[in-house]
Amino acid sequence: MDLGLDEQQELLKNFARDFLEKECPETLVREMEEDEKGYSPDLWQKMAQQGWMGLIIPEDHGGTGMALCELVVLLEEFGRALVPGPFVPTVVLGGVPIMHAGTDEQKSELLPKIAAGDLIMTMALTEPSAKWTADGVQLEAKKDGNDYVLNGTKLFVQDGHVTDKMIVAARTGGSGEDGVTLFIVDSNSDGIGFEVLKTIAADKQSEVTFKNVKVAASAILGSEGKGWEIVEHTKRVATVAACAYLVGLSQMDFDVTLNYAKERVQFGRPIGSFQAIQHKLADAVIDVDGSRFITYKAAWSLQEGEPDADLMISMAKAWTSDASRRVVAHGQQIHGGIGFTKEYKIQLYFRRQKWMELMWGDADYHRELVADKLEV
Amino acid sequence: MDFRFTPEEDAFRQEVRDWLKENLPEGRSGDRFSRTSDDNDANPIIYLEFAKALASNGWVAPHWPEEYGGKGLSVIQQLIFNEEMAYASAPIGYSMIGVGWAGPTIIVYGTDEQKKEHLSRITNAETMWCQGFSEPNAGSDLAALQTKAVRDGDDYVINGQKIWTSGAHYANWMILIARTDQEAPKHKGISYFLVDMSTPGIRTSPLIDMMGNHAFNEVFFEDVRIPRSALLGEENRGWYMATTTLDFERSSIGGAVGGQKLLEDLKAFVSETSFNGQPLKKDERVMRRLADCAVDVELGRILSYRVATLQARGQVPNYESSIAKLFNTEMQFQLGQAGMEIMGLYGQLETDSKWVHLEGRFQRQWMWQTGLKVGGGTTEIQKNIIAQRGLGMPRG
Repeated sequence: MDLGLDEQQELLKNFARDFLEKECPETLVREMEEDEKGYSPDLWQKMAQQGWMGLIIPEDHGGTGMALCELVVLLEEFGRALVPGPFVPTVVLGGVPIMHAGTDEQKSELLPKIAAGDLIMTMALTEPSAKWTADGVQLEAKKDGNDYVLNGTKLFVQDGHVTDKMIVAARTGGSGEDGVTLFIVDSNSDGIGFEVLKTIAADKQSEVTFKNVKVAASAILGSEGKGWEIVEHTKRVATVAACAYLVGLSQMDFDVTLNYAKERVQFGRPIGSFQAIQHKLADAVIDVDGSRFITYKAAWSLQEGEPDADLMISMAKAWTSDASRRVVAHGQQIHGGIGFTKEYKIQLYFRRQKWMELMWGDADYHRELVADKLEV
Repeated sequence: MDFRFTPEEDAFRQEVRDWLKENLPEGRSGDRFSRTSDDNDANPIIYLEFAKALASNGWVAPHWPEEYGGKGLSVIQQLIFNEEMAYASAPIGYSMIGVGWAGPTIIVYGTDEQKKEHLSRITNAETMWCQGFSEPNAGSDLAALQTKAVRDGDDYVINGQKIWTSGAHYANWMILIARTDQEAPKHKGISYFLVDMSTPGIRTSPLIDMMGNHAFNEVFFEDVRIPRSALLGEENRGWYMATTTLDFERSSIGGAVGGQKLLEDLKAFVSETSFNGQPLKKDERVMRRLADCAVDVELGRILSYRVATLQARGQVPNYESSIAKLFNTEMQFQLGQAGMEIMGLYGQLETDSKWVHLEGRFQRQWMWQTGLKVGGGTTEIQKNIIAQRGLGMPRG
């Protein structure tokens, strides 16, 4: 029983931190907010060269064959550095479902490309109804000979507009969890339109419209009508990934704020010498540490196939969503006026915290899932 | 990143559990609802008998090195032992100060005679210790203590008063910190003494808490003459000795487990109860509150385990112990709160009311926790420690 990082994880963390400090500085993060694609192909290639896209892809498909816990360690560093772009969508929303349910051909065709950084993917799941449950999938996939025709709208699709392929959750029949089918769709197919949403985190989510988009039956991932199980599997990993990102983000927000409190002088002394400020930061470090270790537990439970993994994942997301919000709120408060400016960096963390707090279910959503699983 | 115990550790846990099943006193089987209604009942017979049972298994101070009557348990084993004792609500009060405070300080600073006189009597459950630290004017600012110990020939003469002395009304010995140098800066004039409670001039007076319990006391010293041999370690080094705890696990796992037991009680209560024909488990607000409690309990245990991890790696926990203590005391308070809210009007009833639910356990917990949030370092002091010692923030 050891809650810390093992040697391999420690190496990965330290390397990633140094690498991202150099290759993903604040200037790049800000630049990507205004950039049309929202990511740097140069950084993308560099990360691919490190083997990061293939971190959890099996070795015989071109990856490094590491496990979820290692990905969590890496993603905490991504949150710390606010790495922009479609890394998590590609690796988690694209790679994970393919690893879970792909045919041998699908795996052989797609996984090595993901690992090499040659394929950018995402999952198109949520719709204007903004639900995380299966009844939110209403986009129609109508059978047409050997093909299917997709019609409908997806909303909040991460990095959709820069992807090569998307895994689209569509309804071939039934209702609820029965009748959802996943299709691996080329993003440049006829009839697909992307409109990038303006979000406060300046990440690149899209409204994706499907007008009579034809997909072959061979594009189905898994089997017809049985796609929701694959979505659930992916959601588990994506939720843990979101927690990991939030841990890194809140740790950095905290670090910056702590430093500021030690340096900013008012009333002839650093403001960090005032008890009110000390107590806020004591509260914040509990929130950051708590988030980290509950996220580790969730990741470990999922990786090891523990029977209470789903409960742990929801506990982690519920806690981390609220805790990270508290941390960045203190971050703003302790900085006073300067924290409010665009020029100073602390707002970069504040805005992105909200995005990841909401992604894959906010605290309320997951608290309800915890309640359901409490065996009362 | 591994949350699993080893097979040996699991076996040890089972061994502790099995022994507890055989040896817990009547009505304290650890099953919910079979515990005595007041876990803070300072019934000396129960405590002494259980201490003797532990002693016969060599388990009064298993945390101690073997040469002093312990079992030299590893940090993780200590964690497991403490966790199981807490889960069973084991009445370990008799030996608590001796094992946790007096003994370790004697082991580190004691002369051979002092070790010989005291240590085996602690591990054999022959003596009960109390702690004479806090004073009416020395709580959080403990170093401001004023009880004097004045050299007089070969003796010291003690005058002053201690407060919040748990179990002083039953204890045989006291660890006392008193001022031996009136001129020195406050931290540098304190000495540490081992005081026989039957010494003439010591008067104990009960401090009744808001629940009507007698756990704490005031202890008055009027010209109490103790021999030179009562001094532990060097004169005027007492303050620095007062925090000796050997390599004990400092995870606050007891607090985490306390929260878990409350949660289990609450879950069972919600599961079985209807108000006005409406099952509580169908009430969304109740279930959401319960979910919040469950997350906090899980986090409390994780934060405790984290401290043990650090110690098992040979590191000395710094602010991490403060976090665990703070979190787990606040968490139990919130759980007491949650229980009372869920019970609505019934939340205000006392244990012996005929209408009370769950033996009034939540009400008592809610009140008792106010004490735990200020004892052993108030939440605010813990936050100061976290900020100043942990985060390096400047003092005012």
